[in-house]
Amino acid sequence: MYCYAPMEYFIELTFSGLTRGSIYALIALGYTMVYGIIGLINFAHGEIYMIGAFTALIASSVLTYLGLPLPAILILAALAAIIWSAAYGYTMEKIAYRPLRDAPRLSPLISAIGMSIFLQNYVQLAQTADYLPFPALIPEFDFLEPYAGIVGSTDLVILVVSALGMIGLMLLIKYTRTGKAMRATAQDKKMALLLGINVDRIISITFIIGSGLAALGGVLIASHIGQINLYIGFIAGIKAFTAAVLGGIGSIPGAVLGSYILGLTEAFATGYVSSDYEDVFAFSLLVLILIFRPAGLLGKATIEKV
Amino acid sequence: MLKTFKIVSICAAVAFATALAFAGEPIKIGVAGAHSGDLASYGLPTLKAAQLIVKDINANGGINGSEIELLIEDEACKPEIATSTATKLVSSGVKVVIGHICSGATKAALPIYRDAKVIAISPSATTPDLTQSGDYPNFYRTIGSDAVQARYVVDFTLHTLKAKKIAVIHDKADYGKGLAEYALKFIKDSGEAKVVLFEGVTQGAPDYSAIVQKIKRFRADAVIFGGYHPEASKIVSRMRQKRLSIPFISDDGVKDDTFIKVAGKYAEGVYATGPADVSQSPIGIEYREKFKQSEGKEPGAFFDNAVTATLALTNAIAKAGSTDPKAVATALHNEEVDTPFGKIKFDDKGDPIGIGFSIYQVQEGKYVQVQ
Repeated sequence: MYCYAPMEYFIELTFSGLTRGSIYALIALGYTMVYGIIGLINFAHGEIYMIGAFTALIASSVLTYLGLPLPAILILAALAAIIWSAAYGYTMEKIAYRPLRDAPRLSPLISAIGMSIFLQNYVQLAQTADYLPFPALIPEFDFLEPYAGIVGSTDLVILVVSALGMIGLMLLIKYTRTGKAMRATAQDKKMALLLGINVDRIISITFIIGSGLAALGGVLIASHIGQINLYIGFIAGIKAFTAAVLGGIGSIPGAVLGSYILGLTEAFATGYVSSDYEDVFAFSLLVLILIFRPAGLLGKATIEKV
Repeated sequence: MLKTFKIVSICAAVAFATALAFAGEPIKIGVAGAHSGDLASYGLPTLKAAQLIVKDINANGGINGSEIELLIEDEACKPEIATSTATKLVSSGVKVVIGHICSGATKAALPIYRDAKVIAISPSATTPDLTQSGDYPNFYRTIGSDAVQARYVVDFTLHTLKAKKIAVIHDKADYGKGLAEYALKFIKDSGEAKVVLFEGVTQGAPDYSAIVQKIKRFRADAVIFGGYHPEASKIVSRMRQKRLSIPFISDDGVKDDTFIKVAGKYAEGVYATGPADVSQSPIGIEYREKFKQSEGKEPGAFFDNAVTATLALTNAIAKAGSTDPKAVATALHNEEVDTPFGKIKFDDKGDPIGIGFSIYQVQEGKYVQVQ
């Protein structure tokens, strides 16, 4: 149809899907980590991502004013965002979740929603409700120019970073002492405590890593779409959460796999059917997968501990 | 139960308001719209316009000796808040309202105003149904409807840009989709071009490259977009990054300086319709200067329309001698009033006679009128 190579179109759509998928993955990793350790869906995670983007915007404006080169600005702004957001994540856990750790499951969930609303309004008051332009911090790679129609440099950076993030997290959890302690805490909190693991500290570390990843996502995604405002965390957060559930919440490779499946489904639905039905396809897929694998694609079906 | 309570409370409010009116209280005018939130840039200029004009009128002794009092309500362009805002205004005895700003919120508030016989005049709500359906005889606006706007967009795309294969994209919301549907109809009726793609995108999605690839695949030679600036800037940026340089024509939701600020270099060359340029009109200049004096910056979106709405309404109240809805309506339909757009009045549906649109293009970081 329309003298346009179907294969080329397919490849273009695949890359669109992968870009969206890796955007979701950057956020979904944090969701899945926190869930894996304390079984809490941290609804304020999207807001941490938004705060990361805002921090990076402020940092990069200051750094641009100082006249630093672009790659240095990107790295320093990302670092500032990661540190700042990690501090938010750490504090959030202490204030909103730790006091509720032994409360019924619903209480921390409500607390998380409250935290999300609080952070949105805080940014609205402290910063602005307007849309702000976000500078293109990721440089345009010359070697990609011939393929500009298919994949841009920001797409590529986001793809690589989300893959590295996943691998890094898996290595951390598999091979380090902290990772071992994390797994122990996830398996049985009381037993881990008896064995001398500082459970509070492990949970704090989980929040710090998850929030740092969200902030990194915030920087990269904001420079990809070129604008931020206080609501960006909401939709991205919902989609990333869907992706995490799809892949099996609590599982790190699952979150990434789920994100790519969701991103690709949306891209192909848009490309071959209609973008009007993009969400219909994405969520139908979620329902289908949950019918056949209630714990998600890579999730482990756990027996409720009594 | 709740409904009965609502009706009772509205009745009580109306009775109370009538009592107040007889007591020779100030004339109350409601101003409702987005004064906070991400669409505040659409609503705040209207609030300012109303305040500036009312200040002038009160300084000159008010209308027929009564001062005007503004009751300001913020609904952040959210329909669910707009209903409670409208109820609040009605229960505080307001008989005339300037607002609301966004079409969705206006649509939500109008049934409440209609039942309470309150006149509402919006500077910016452009959904055609609001007037054309005949459901809200007490609604007026000082901006052309989306149908009129879509006509301008389509005529420009067909005749000036000579596009033959057009992609029509919208944001699935009241305003954008409505406009896109009119554009689709006008293009089809003209028979001069083909609509190769008609689709809605999900608002707030982080990436629109799939739809951009689709526009490319269907070899569209122009894109008409119905919606607001956040989506427009994401789509147009992706188009330019994917080296797709076909014209992008949009509506007055995009004819906002925030769009240029956010889309940056990718905004260059984008066309958008907006209310006709009134920079030469003496009344327009007068209020724009007053705005600059008090705020220290250029007034934003819909300021001239808001000046027009406020002038039309206060004039009608003066001519009617009261805020009695029937008398005010008669005055709005029959008495011409001097505004930044020239002399205007309203047709029997409530649409303005004498207000049109122009086409603007982003050139070197500014919207410049091209037609």
